[in-house]
Amino acid sequence: MLPELSRDEILRYSRHLLIPEVGLEGQRKLKNSSALIIGTGGLGSPVALYLAAAGIGRIGLVDYDTVDSSNLQRQVIHGTSTVGKLKVESARDKLLDLNPSIQVDVYNEPYTSENALRIARDYDIILDGTDNFPTRYLTNDVAVFLGKPNVYASIYRFDGQVSVFYAKEGPCYRCLFPEPPPPGLVPSCAEGGVLGVLPGTVGTIQATEALKVLLGIGEPLIGKLLLYNALDMSFDFVKLKKNPNCRVCGPNADIKELIDYEEFCGVPSHDHEEGSAGANWDITATELAERVGHNHLKLVDVREPHELQISALPNAVNIPLGQLAARLSELDSAEEMVLFCKSGSRSARGLELLASAGFKKVKNLKGGINAWAREVDKSLPIY
Amino acid sequence: MPALRIPTPLRAYTDGQSEVTVNGSNISDALTDLTAQYPALKPHLFNEGGELRPFVNLFVGENNIKDLQGVNTPINDGEKIMLIPSIAGGGDAA
Repeated sequence: MLPELSRDEILRYSRHLLIPEVGLEGQRKLKNSSALIIGTGGLGSPVALYLAAAGIGRIGLVDYDTVDSSNLQRQVIHGTSTVGKLKVESARDKLLDLNPSIQVDVYNEPYTSENALRIARDYDIILDGTDNFPTRYLTNDVAVFLGKPNVYASIYRFDGQVSVFYAKEGPCYRCLFPEPPPPGLVPSCAEGGVLGVLPGTVGTIQATEALKVLLGIGEPLIGKLLLYNALDMSFDFVKLKKNPNCRVCGPNADIKELIDYEEFCGVPSHDHEEGSAGANWDITATELAERVGHNHLKLVDVREPHELQISALPNAVNIPLGQLAARLSELDSAEEMVLFCKSGSRSARGLELLASAGFKKVKNLKGGINAWAREVDKSLPIY
Repeated sequence: MPALRIPTPLRAYTDGQSEVTVNGSNISDALTDLTAQYPALKPHLFNEGGELRPFVNLFVGENNIKDLQGVNTPINDGEKIMLIPSIAGGGDAA
């Protein structure tokens, strides 16, 4: 039995009720539905806002982060007044203001192999708005094991991808991407940047797909991948087929339970604050400040050249991470050097590269130039 | 000649080009030509054994070459070839 709509709800959803594909029965279906949104960031913001406005009866939000002012360029569910608050609480308040007739459940915890099945079990549909590979593989596998549709979207700079991975009716994420790229090959948005409106465009498409699946209307992107590029304003579609060798949804699947996704992807999923190369390889900004000026200490900035316009350290040489392998001859392994980037992740990967090439006197500036701006030179901006 | 679309994350290795015109009558030849034009791309597409990396997806028109004839999939003049990358961003990271 679908729940009835109150008098207020009939007025609120009247523009839906006028569409024959939704109508009163469709709106009652939405009221009876539940959606779990993993991440309340760039994608999660429009997804949650539109699903709440549409009258999804119960929305679950998973995030463990707090709102930072650098989020607000794209994470429109949060606001200046909620900087410093828990993201799930900031988002819940906004959603209940938009639509007090829905229920919002919040999970202020990282989404992990330990809690994911328990959290996702009671929802009809899962929306993947995460920012890292381990959580994407986890979200996929949970959806496959629980037999639920996973509305996937992913963004990078000007590019977006959207699909509905539903193993009962089509391929899953692993059918397309059996393995993650090696760590460091694909930069994150925190490192590579993203056009603020991009998750808005892509997230609203993601919300559209969720509504279609829940209402059972139209042709959801099952077995299809949408590729969007904002610069070209291009929308391309490709066909996705079930991979007969898929390790989670294929006929001979050998992955039957959740695994260690950080190990599988070779990267941490919940540590995007300060890049570290490990205690033996790190140097803090304060420690570096004591050593700067030392004759034999070379500073290597592995950021992209346009980032130097935001902040820079004097006397540092700039070799972008992507060029480091080809420009090793410019560095002397006998010389002591410190690699740095924005927050320490790229330089940690640069350090790995140098270490594997036999460099032993290299350190990584933990937390990057942003840590330097916080601890040493407060005149530098943090970005 | 066929045109190969380069996704944003790999454009750092193609001098920013979003599309590269390649020579070849099948995917294997087209990739050989692509990596000859832009050698820095090679390690991102192929492993040490010279095989396509598993996370690299190539589509001819709207079909994955894995569902066709793999790197032997023939390509015609003017056909669109797309490299589809794994991207993970959701705009969540602080």
